[in-house]
Formats: sequence, C-alpha cells, structure tokens
Amino acid sequence: MTEWRYWLNEQRGTLMGLAIFVIMFAVYIVNHPAGLTANVAQTAANKGVLLAFVAMAQAMVVITAGIDLSVGMIFVLTNCLASWIVVGTPMQTTFGVFGVLLAGALCGAINGLLVIKGRLQPIVATIATGAIYFGIALLLRPFPGGAVNEDLGDAMTGQFFGIIPSSLIVLLGAVLLVWLPFSRSETGRAAYAAGSAEAAAFMSGVPIRRAKLAAYILAGLLAGMGGLFLTFFTYTGEAAYASGSGYTLWSIAAVVLGGVSLYGGRGSAIGAIFGAFAARTTGDMLFVFDVDPLWQPLLQGIVLLIAISIGAVGLLRVRNRLDWFL
Amino acid sequence: MRARLSGPFRRADPAVLTAFCCILLLLFLGSLYSSNFLSLEYLLQQLKVASFLGVIAAGMMLVILLGHIDLSVPWLMTMGAMMACAAAGMGVTGMVLAIPFGILCGVLFGLLNGFGVAYLRIPSMIVTLATNVVAQGLMVLYTGGFSPQDSATAAMRWLATGVIVPGVPNAILVWATVSAAMVFLLARTTFGRSIYGIGNSERAAYLSGINTRRVVMIAFAVSGGLSAFGGVLLAGYASKAAQAMGDSYLLPSIAAVVLGGTSILGGRGSYLGTVAGVILITLLQSILSVMQMPEAGRQIVYGIIIIAMLLLYGRSPANR
Repeated sequence: MTEWRYWLNEQRGTLMGLAIFVIMFAVYIVNHPAGLTANVAQTAANKGVLLAFVAMAQAMVVITAGIDLSVGMIFVLTNCLASWIVVGTPMQTTFGVFGVLLAGALCGAINGLLVIKGRLQPIVATIATGAIYFGIALLLRPFPGGAVNEDLGDAMTGQFFGIIPSSLIVLLGAVLLVWLPFSRSETGRAAYAAGSAEAAAFMSGVPIRRAKLAAYILAGLLAGMGGLFLTFFTYTGEAAYASGSGYTLWSIAAVVLGGVSLYGGRGSAIGAIFGAFAARTTGDMLFVFDVDPLWQPLLQGIVLLIAISIGAVGLLRVRNRLDWFL
Repeated sequence: MRARLSGPFRRADPAVLTAFCCILLLLFLGSLYSSNFLSLEYLLQQLKVASFLGVIAAGMMLVILLGHIDLSVPWLMTMGAMMACAAAGMGVTGMVLAIPFGILCGVLFGLLNGFGVAYLRIPSMIVTLATNVVAQGLMVLYTGGFSPQDSATAAMRWLATGVIVPGVPNAILVWATVSAAMVFLLARTTFGRSIYGIGNSERAAYLSGINTRRVVMIAFAVSGGLSAFGGVLLAGYASKAAQAMGDSYLLPSIAAVVLGGTSILGGRGSYLGTVAGVILITLLQSILSVMQMPEAGRQIVYGIIIIAMLLLYGRSPANR
C-alpha cells in the first residue's frame, strides 16, 4: 500500500511530463489530416528526439543542482565534427561515431572538472565553455557543409519494421544503456544526494565529486548523441549560434516541463524526454491548426508560460509562509 | 594588513582590484600591439561602446544580487528598441514619448518576470526564459519577421551618439547617471540594503519585516526597464532597431557582473566591480576584433579568458 505511494511521489514529475505530452500529442494527432500513420510518427519522432537528447543531457546536470548552459553548443560542435568524420566505409564510420561521442563526453568532462575541481559556479563556467565549444565548431565548419554516411543516417532516421521510428529505438537504447544504469548505480544515487543536500551528502561520505563528474560527462555524451543525430537528419554540419543557444534554452524548458526540479535532487531524464516531446509538439500543433507561422513564437511562449505556471499550483498547498523560501 | 591600508583601499574588494588590474593588463598588451590603444579617443570610444552593456549589466546585477537571473535581456532589449522606434513613427507625441514608451514596455515585462518569481515562486531562470520567448513572439508578430522600417528619433540618436560635454559622448554620461543612481540605490536606500539582505537569506529578510516579494518584483521591473533602455540606446546608436539585436548582450552582461566579483548566488558584490567587469569585457572584445582574429578564435579566446579570470578570483569556498 504505502510502497506504491512512495513510488508515485517520486515519479510525480515524470508522470506529469508524460501526461502533458500525451494530451498534447493526442490533440495533435486527432487534428492531423493523416492521423497517426507511420510517417507522421517518424517525422514527429525525428524532430522530438533531437531535443530529447539535449534535454536528457540537461537533466543529468540539473539533478545534481547544477546547470549546463553549454549543452546546445556541445550539440552544435558534435554536429560539425560528425559532418567531417562519420563518413566512408562502415569501419571508418564506426570509428567516426565513437569519435563524436568521445568528443561530446570530453566537453562534458571539461565542464565537470571546472565546476568540481575549479569550484566555479556552473552557470558562468558553462557560459564560458559554451563560447569555446562554439568557437571550435566554427573552426570546424566556417560554412555549412560536409557529409555523413547516408546509409547509416537513413537507417537511424527511418522506420524499424516499417512501423516504429528508428530514432525512438535509439533514444530507448540511450535510456537503457546510459540513464538506467546510471540512476540505479551508487554514483547515480550520489548525484541525487548531491542535488538535494550537498553539504549533508558530503558529510556522510557520499562520493559527490565522482557523481557530479559522471553527471557532467554523461551530459556531454548525450548532447553528443543529439549532435550525431542532427547530422543524420540534415546530412550536413552547421555552426549556427542561434541553433545552439535555442537548444540550450529549450532544454531547460523541457527539463522543467518533464518535472525535473531546477533546485536539484528531483526528477528523471525520462521525464525530460517527455518534456522535450511536449515542447516539440507545441510547434507541430500550430502547424495542424494552420496558424500563421508568424504567430508560432508567441504561442509557444504562451504555452510555455502557462505550463510552468501550473507547476506553481503547489504554492496553494503551502501552510507556512516560510516554506516559500526553500 | 587591511587595517594599514587607508581610504578607499580598505574597503576595496579583492575581486574588484583584480578586475581593474586585468583591465590595465589588457590595455598594456593592446599597446604592445598598437600604440593607438592608449590614445584618449580609443579609450573614450571603448567607454561609449561599453555604456550600452553597462546600462544592461546594472539591471542584471540587481537581479543577480537577489540570487536570481534574468534571461529575458535579449528580447526585452529588442522590444524596447522596436517599440521606441514604432512610437517615433506616430507623429509628434510619439516622438516625445518614444524613449519612455520603450522603457515602459521593458518595465511591464520585468513586472511579469517579478510576479512569476516573487509571487508564483517559479525559478527565475524559467520565468525569464518564457517571457523572453513571449517578447520575441510579440516582436516577430509585430514586425512580420523583418527588421522594422521605423527609424530612431533624434532624441534617441542624440542620447547614444551626441556630445554635450566637449569630448565626452552622451552615452557615457547616460551610463554615469545610471551608475550614480545604482550606487545610491544599493548603498543608501532601504531598498538597496533589502536586496543584499534577500540575496543572503530571503527567509531572514522576510522575518525581519522586509516585504521581500515586493522588493524582488521591483528589482525585476528595474532590470527589465534597464534592458529596454539599453535597447533604446543601441537603436539610437544604429539609428534603427533590428531583429536579434539583443542576442549578443545576454551572456556578456552576466559575465560582466560575475567578473566584477558579484556572487552568482546573490548577496555579495559591489557596483564598482560591475563597472570594471563591463569595461573588461568590452576591452577584450575590442582587442580581439582589432587583432582581426576570426570569429571562431574570438569566441575561444573570450571563453578561455573568462574561465581564467574566474579561476583567479571567482572560486567558491571548498566544502568542508
């Protein structure tokens, strides 16, 4: 009896994110002229998965009560890198993919070391590293261009058995191979502990440094997967500043929609995925309702504003005013 | 050690001193490259460019001192600029009211930010992010996605590029006025002291009888107004408003405040430091562009230098 209530309480944010996404997606599908066909699902999945990877990356760091304002730039950097090295024979392509993922993880490790060993505030440290990563991306691709192994690209963005979007399978793979082992491990629990009460966790001998470093590295890795996917999707690399900063900002929004607390220690990367899908569905929804594209940013902003205000409903339950300041 | 130092040095913050030393170092390095760096004209030109960032960073500092952050700077700036220019296109009354109207729009959005943060208790990062998107949406809708045709009024141009005191551009005077007001506000008013109090511990400030919610809301409104004012000045400088004109001001304004020794967690920092941070960032950008370094190299060097300076004096204490 009480067991599942604890579980429910723990997963409340994630379930909220899921609910928001399901409702929005249902409205979208009902109004879509073609309904839920494999192709509609594939397009929606491909667009959603890009933000989902970046949002998962953001969630990793946010859980430790940090923030990574460079995820968008890691995403752009790995996109540019992938447009150089993920080409050629299957062998070369494989090495290329590993190279890209390694580069992402390395960027994450630099962020982590600056925050942990350098004791810098994550907000400013990652703003600065974001500038560096974007600079490197520009060095790699001063002009949009490059190529990718198109067979692999098509396989990754196509359909599995003609029904299921393969990008969703890859995302599921990332959840199973990266998120679940991490969150179930001692390191993962230490990351949650570091997020909810760092001083207490430190005093109790919880390995918070290792946990935070792991979170930052995995964030870089996941952002790198996103960048790789963008390359599969577009077949080119482009160092676009607007794209990088846009993904960073929307990753924060997605994380919040998915029920991850920005104060740390609460939520999961799975919630962030639903948050990302929900954020993406807003854009698609305007398309099916045939809204003038000029209205799109405004409506997206209003939806975002309303969605986050719903989170403030918790305020009504507060009995003691001092609880506001937590 | 500190007691032996006299006058202003006794109270000087080591971070502020380091920031000013870094400015001198940058000027020295620049002068090795070209002697123009030490000419009065160049320095005044730099201060003029810095004044736009300075006005915005002043608002950002108020918010950071509270322990919050304002990510709505880019589009509040653009909105201020566009609305001022739009008002200018509406006859004589519009011309007169252009600048106040632009600022008013920023204040309104700032109030919205403040309401979300103070009364709904949504994390500031998220509220300001959302209002930024809403402001962007309104402006895209208003302009149809293109740069608006209206141009800045003579008054806006005069504020940004005119000269009233011989040799000193008006923009610097505007920045100096805003700075004087900020110093007075932070050091001499209850409101300013409340900001430091809330930044240190909102709970304690609340229990001491400060109306913390009102202070937070007003601080966000001031920040929004100053962002819009920065946009108005920039529009006067460029003589018109443009899409995305504010995008390159968000990160530098945060960096300037933090490099000036203000703690991003709130409660600690002096306005002099923010001035130093603004000058530092502007000089850095100027030197990198004078050296004709490509954009990629500029971004990398800019990032590395900010990290290096933070490692020098922006570190938080070890937890033990």
